[in-house]
Amino acid sequence: MKQVLPKADTERAIDSVFAAARGRMPGAGLVPQIRARAFEVYERTGLPHRGMEDWKYTDLRALIGEVLPLAPRPNAEALVRAKVSAEQVSADQAVKLVLVDGVFAPELSDLGRLENEVVVRSLREVLENSATEAIAGLVLSTTNDSAISLNAAMATDGLVITVADGNAVKRPIQIVHVATGLSVSTFTRSYLQLGKGAHAAIVESFVPAEGASGYQANDAIIALVGDEASLSHIRVAADASDAVNISSAIIAVGARAKLDLFSMTCSGSISRYQGFITLAGEGTKLSANGVNLIRDKLRADTTIVVDHAGPHCTSREKFRAVVDDCGRSVFQGRIVVRPAARKTDATLTTRALLLSDQAEADNKPELKILADDVTCGHGATSGALDDTLVFYLRARGLSEKDAQMLLIKAFFGESIEEITSEKLRDFVTAQAEHWLQAGR
Amino acid sequence: MVAVQETVERVKRIDVDQYRYGFETLIETDKAPKGLSEETVKFISEKKNEPAWMLQWRLEAYRRWLTMTEPTWARVDYPKIDFQDLYYYAAPKPKKTVTSLDEIDPEILKTYEKLGIPLREVAMLEGVEPKPGEEDPNRRKIAVDAVFDSVSVATTFKAELKKAGVIFMPISEAIREHPELVQKYLGSVVPTSDNFYATLNSAVFSDGSFVYVPPGVRCPMELSTYFRINERNTGQFERTLIIADKGSYVSYLEGCTAPQRDENQLHAAVVELVAHDDAEIKYSTVQNWYPGNSEGKGGIYNFVTKRGDCRGDRSKISWTQVETGSAITWKYPSCILRGDNSSGEFYSIAISNGFQQVDSGTKMIHLGKNTSSRIISKGIAAGKSQNTYRGLVTAHRKATGARNFTACDSLLIGDKCGAHTVPYIEAKNSSATFEHEATTSKISEDVLFYCIQRGLSQEEAVGLVVNGFVKDVLQQLPMEFAVEAQKLISISLDGSVG
Amino acid sequence: MALLEIRDLRVGVEDREVIRGLDLNVNAGEVHAIMGPNGSGKSTLSHVIAGKPGYEITGGQILFRGENLLRMEPNERAAKGVFLAFQYPIEIPGVTTMNFLRAALNAQRKARDQQEFSTPEFLKRVRDVADSLNIPQDMLKRGVNVGFSGGEKKRNEILQMALFEPSLCILDEIDSGLDIDALRIVASGINALRSPKRAMIVITHYRRLLDHIEPEIVHVMSKGRVMKSGGKELALELEACGYAQFEDAA
Repeated sequence: MKQVLPKADTERAIDSVFAAARGRMPGAGLVPQIRARAFEVYERTGLPHRGMEDWKYTDLRALIGEVLPLAPRPNAEALVRAKVSAEQVSADQAVKLVLVDGVFAPELSDLGRLENEVVVRSLREVLENSATEAIAGLVLSTTNDSAISLNAAMATDGLVITVADGNAVKRPIQIVHVATGLSVSTFTRSYLQLGKGAHAAIVESFVPAEGASGYQANDAIIALVGDEASLSHIRVAADASDAVNISSAIIAVGARAKLDLFSMTCSGSISRYQGFITLAGEGTKLSANGVNLIRDKLRADTTIVVDHAGPHCTSREKFRAVVDDCGRSVFQGRIVVRPAARKTDATLTTRALLLSDQAEADNKPELKILADDVTCGHGATSGALDDTLVFYLRARGLSEKDAQMLLIKAFFGESIEEITSEKLRDFVTAQAEHWLQAGR
Repeated sequence: MVAVQETVERVKRIDVDQYRYGFETLIETDKAPKGLSEETVKFISEKKNEPAWMLQWRLEAYRRWLTMTEPTWARVDYPKIDFQDLYYYAAPKPKKTVTSLDEIDPEILKTYEKLGIPLREVAMLEGVEPKPGEEDPNRRKIAVDAVFDSVSVATTFKAELKKAGVIFMPISEAIREHPELVQKYLGSVVPTSDNFYATLNSAVFSDGSFVYVPPGVRCPMELSTYFRINERNTGQFERTLIIADKGSYVSYLEGCTAPQRDENQLHAAVVELVAHDDAEIKYSTVQNWYPGNSEGKGGIYNFVTKRGDCRGDRSKISWTQVETGSAITWKYPSCILRGDNSSGEFYSIAISNGFQQVDSGTKMIHLGKNTSSRIISKGIAAGKSQNTYRGLVTAHRKATGARNFTACDSLLIGDKCGAHTVPYIEAKNSSATFEHEATTSKISEDVLFYCIQRGLSQEEAVGLVVNGFVKDVLQQLPMEFAVEAQKLISISLDGSVG
Repeated sequence: MALLEIRDLRVGVEDREVIRGLDLNVNAGEVHAIMGPNGSGKSTLSHVIAGKPGYEITGGQILFRGENLLRMEPNERAAKGVFLAFQYPIEIPGVTTMNFLRAALNAQRKARDQQEFSTPEFLKRVRDVADSLNIPQDMLKRGVNVGFSGGEKKRNEILQMALFEPSLCILDEIDSGLDIDALRIVASGINALRSPKRAMIVITHYRRLLDHIEPEIVHVMSKGRVMKSGGKELALELEACGYAQFEDAA
C-alpha cells in the first residue's frame, strides 16, 4: 500500500532535467506522448521510497535524493576511455555491443561479428524511424514501478535485438554499459524478442571508465520469449564505488520455454536489480539465480518477482549474498501463483553470509499462492562463516584466510554453478574471484 | 480427480453457517451512548470508578488517536469502519459487585455452559480424554476470569491464588486495588501511541485481566479468560496485563467466542506481557469468533495488539494460538527479547474458510545477547478465504549470538482460496543465525487414497491429515485446550473433517 | 461362489487401454500369483480392485462375494475386506502410526456395524501383531511411514494386514526394495496370515518372492490380459524362458 510522503525539494529538479533533456530523447510519431505519459506516472510518486512495500529496504528518496543531470553525448576522449574498460570485461567469444554514457557506440562494437540469425538495431534508430505505435508501446513498457516509468520517459538509447522463429544464435551477445562521466545520469533501455523455438544468450556488463565517478545508471530490459524458445540472461554490475545502478528486467515467457537468469552485483554504492518475470504459458522452466558481493558501504538490493500465470511451470531460484564491512544486502523474492497455474513447482532459497559485525542482510522471501494444486516453498538463512568448517580446513593445513576464502568461494559458487553455459559460468566466476582477491 | 473434487465441494458447503456458538444471551445491558468522544472516555472511566490518573491516561490516548489513520498494509479488505456508529461500553445489568458465582445472572452462566467453560470451581472441561499418567489433579485446575462483553463477571479460585501470592483479577479492579503495579506496567510494552487500534484501546478499554506473579512463584494452576461478545454493535476492547516477576512461571489461556450477527463487530484488544529475570510466561489463545455467514456477511473484525517483553535475563515468553474464527484477523503476537539469553516462541494454527481473511504472524525482536526465538506457523486456507502469514525477525547490532528458526507451512483446500507468506528477516550483525523455511501444498491425492484404502472416509482422511499437519503446534497447548482446539479445527473445516 | 470374480475387465488411463479383457477367479483360501513384465497392467489391476481414482473402467465387472465392487467407494471396499499392500507405502507426516491404525480399524468396524475396540484391547492387539513382525514399539509412535526404511514400510503394510483381518489381500510388488532378510520377515508374516477364509493375490515381477510365498495358482499377465494360468511350475518355466513367449502370443 502506498504511503504519501512529501517529496524532497531536490526531487523537483527532475522536472527541469526532463524538460532540458527533451531535445535529446529520440522518438517520432507517438513516442513523445508515450514518454510524457510515463513521466507523469513517475511524477505522481517521485523516486521510489520506503513507503512503497517493494522499496521498503532501499529508500531512493532518502539515499540519492535527486536525479542528476543527463550525461552529455560522449566525445572522442570519452570513447577512448570507454574502449579500454569495455575490452577489459569482454566475455569469451561474445559479440560486444557497447553503450557509452547511454549512447550506442557502433565504433566500439563488434557489429561485423553478428550472426545472420539475429537482427540488432539501436533503440534510437527504432524509435525515430521504424517504430509503429505497437512496437513503441512494447519497447517503452512500464509497470507500476516508478523507476521503470522514469526510465521509459528518459531512455536515450539501447539495443533492440530480435531473433526470428527457429533461429539459434550461437555466440553470446554482450551489452557493455560504460560510464565515463562525473555526477551525471544515464538512462538506457533494451528490447529483446525471441521468436518461437529461438535460442540466444545475452550478457550485460556495467563498468566505469577511468575517471568516472558519482554517476547514476538507470537501465531496463524488456524481453519477450516465445514458445519453446530458450534465453540466458547474465548480468554483472561492477560500477564505480560511488555510483548508483538501478536495473530493471521485465520478461514475459511463452509455453515450454526455458529461461536462465543470473545477476551479480560486486561494486557500486547503491544498487538495485529488479526482475519481473511472468511465466504466461504452460510447461516453462525458469532458473533465476544471483549473487551480491558486498563490501565497503555498498547497499545491493535484488528483488525478483516470479509470476506463475500458466500451468505446469517450474521455477528454481537460488540467491547468495556475501556481506563485509558496512555493506548491506537486500533480497526480496516473491513467488506468485495465479489460479490458473495448476501443478506449479516453485522453490526459492536465499542465503546471506555476514563477514563483519557492521554488515547487514535483509531477506524477504514471499509466497502468494492462489491455486491449490501446487508445490511451493522458500528457505532463507543468514549467518557467519561456520567456525568448525574453518577449523577443519586449518587442521588440514590451510591458513585462516585461505580457509575463509575457500568457504566463501564455495558459498557463492552454489549460485554461480546454476549457469548452464560453461564459458559464461567461467566468465562470472572469474569476476567473483577477482572481487574476493581484491578484499585480501 | 473425483475424490478431491468432493472434498472441495464439502468444504465449500461447510462451516460458517454451522457456527456452533451462534446463540445470543437475552440480558439487559448497561451501555455507553453510541459513538466516540471525550465524553465516552469519561463515561467509561467514571463507570469503572477509576482514579484521575487513569482518566488522564485514557484522554491522552484518545487525543493521540484522533491524529492517527487506520493501517492499510495488511492483506485484508473490508468496508470502512464508522467508529461513531459503535458502542464503546456495554456491561450486563444489573451491575453489582460479584463475589460468588451464585450471584451471577443465570443467563450468563448458561451462556458459559453452552460454551463449555468451567465457571464452577470444580468444573473440568468436558470431553477431555486424559492421556495415561497425565491425570495430575493440579494440572486440571483452571482459574477462569470470564469477560462478558466488556466486564469481568467472575474470577474463580481467588482464594487459592491468593495463598500463592498471585494476583489475578479484572484489570478494572487492579486499577483500584494495585494502582502502583498498574501504573508501573500499563503501556510499558504497548505504548499508548503504538498503533491505531492499540491507541483506540488505550482510550476506551473496558476491562480485561490482570495477573501478577511474585518472585519465585510458580502459579499453581492455569489461568484462563474467556471473552465473549454478546451485545449488538459493541466494540470489545479488552486490556490484559500479565507480569511475571523474577523466577516466576505462569500459563495463561484465553478463549474467545461471539454469537452470530449480521453486523460486523469490532474487537481491538491489547495484551501486554512482562517477564523479568528467569521468569516464564506461556500465553495460549483459542479464538473462534463468528466468522460471518456463507456469503461473507457479518463476523468479527479482530484487530489485536499482543506483545511480550522479555525484560529480564533468561526470561521466556511463549505464544500459542489457534485461530479459527473472525471475519478479519489482524494479529501479530510478538516478543521483544531485551534480556540477555531470553527466548521467545510463537506457535500458530490459523484456519480460514468461507470469506475469512487472516493476516497474522509474529515479530521477534532480538535486542539482548544470545537471545533465541522459534516460530512454527501452520496456515490452512479453504473456501474463498485468504490466509497470510506475516512475520518479522530482526537482530539488532548489539544482539550478538541471536538465533531464530522459523517454519511456515500452508495447506490449501480448494482452488478459490489463497495462502500467502510474507516474512521479513533482518540480520544486523554477523553472529546472528537465522533459518527460515516455508512450504505451500495441498493434501496429496496419494495420501488420501492410502487412508481411504485402509477404510477411512474422505472426511476422516482429510481430518487425519490436517491434524497431522498442525500437530507440532497442538502439542504446545495445555492438554485441555489441545482437545478443545482439535474439536474447533474440525468445526472450522466441517464437512471435510471428521 | 468365488470370493473375487473378474469378468472381461477393460480399463483405460488417459485414453489408453491398459487392461484389455481380463478374467480372474479367486476362491477363499487360495493364493494366486500374478507375474508379468513391466507395463503388463499388474499394478493397474491392483489399483482398480482397491478403487484408486484416475482409472476409467470401460467394460466388464468385478464381483466380490457376488457384490459389484466397482460401485463401492474405496473405503467401503476396505470395510468389506479388500486390502491392498502398496508397492510404495505413503508417508503421512504428523500422524502417528498408532493413531492411524486406530482410526482406520475403528472406521472399518463402524462400517460393519461392529463395536469399536476399547483402548486397552486395541493396544494389546497392535502390540501382539507388532511383536510377531519384529516391529519395535517406537516405530508405532512415529508418523506413518515417515523416516521408515524400505523394509519397515513393508512390515508396516503387513502389520495393517494382520490387524484389519481382510478376506482379500492384494500384495503389489511387496518384494520391491527389500533385501533377502527383510523379504524373509515379510514373507513369514504373510504366510502366517494364510487361512482357509482368506485369499491372496501376490503381484510380482520376480520368481524369487514365490520361493517364500508359495502360490496355488500362477497367472502370467501381458498387455492387459491373463495369457496363461497354471501351477507354481509356471513360475519356473517363466524363469527359464522369460516373458517374451507370452508377449508374442498377445
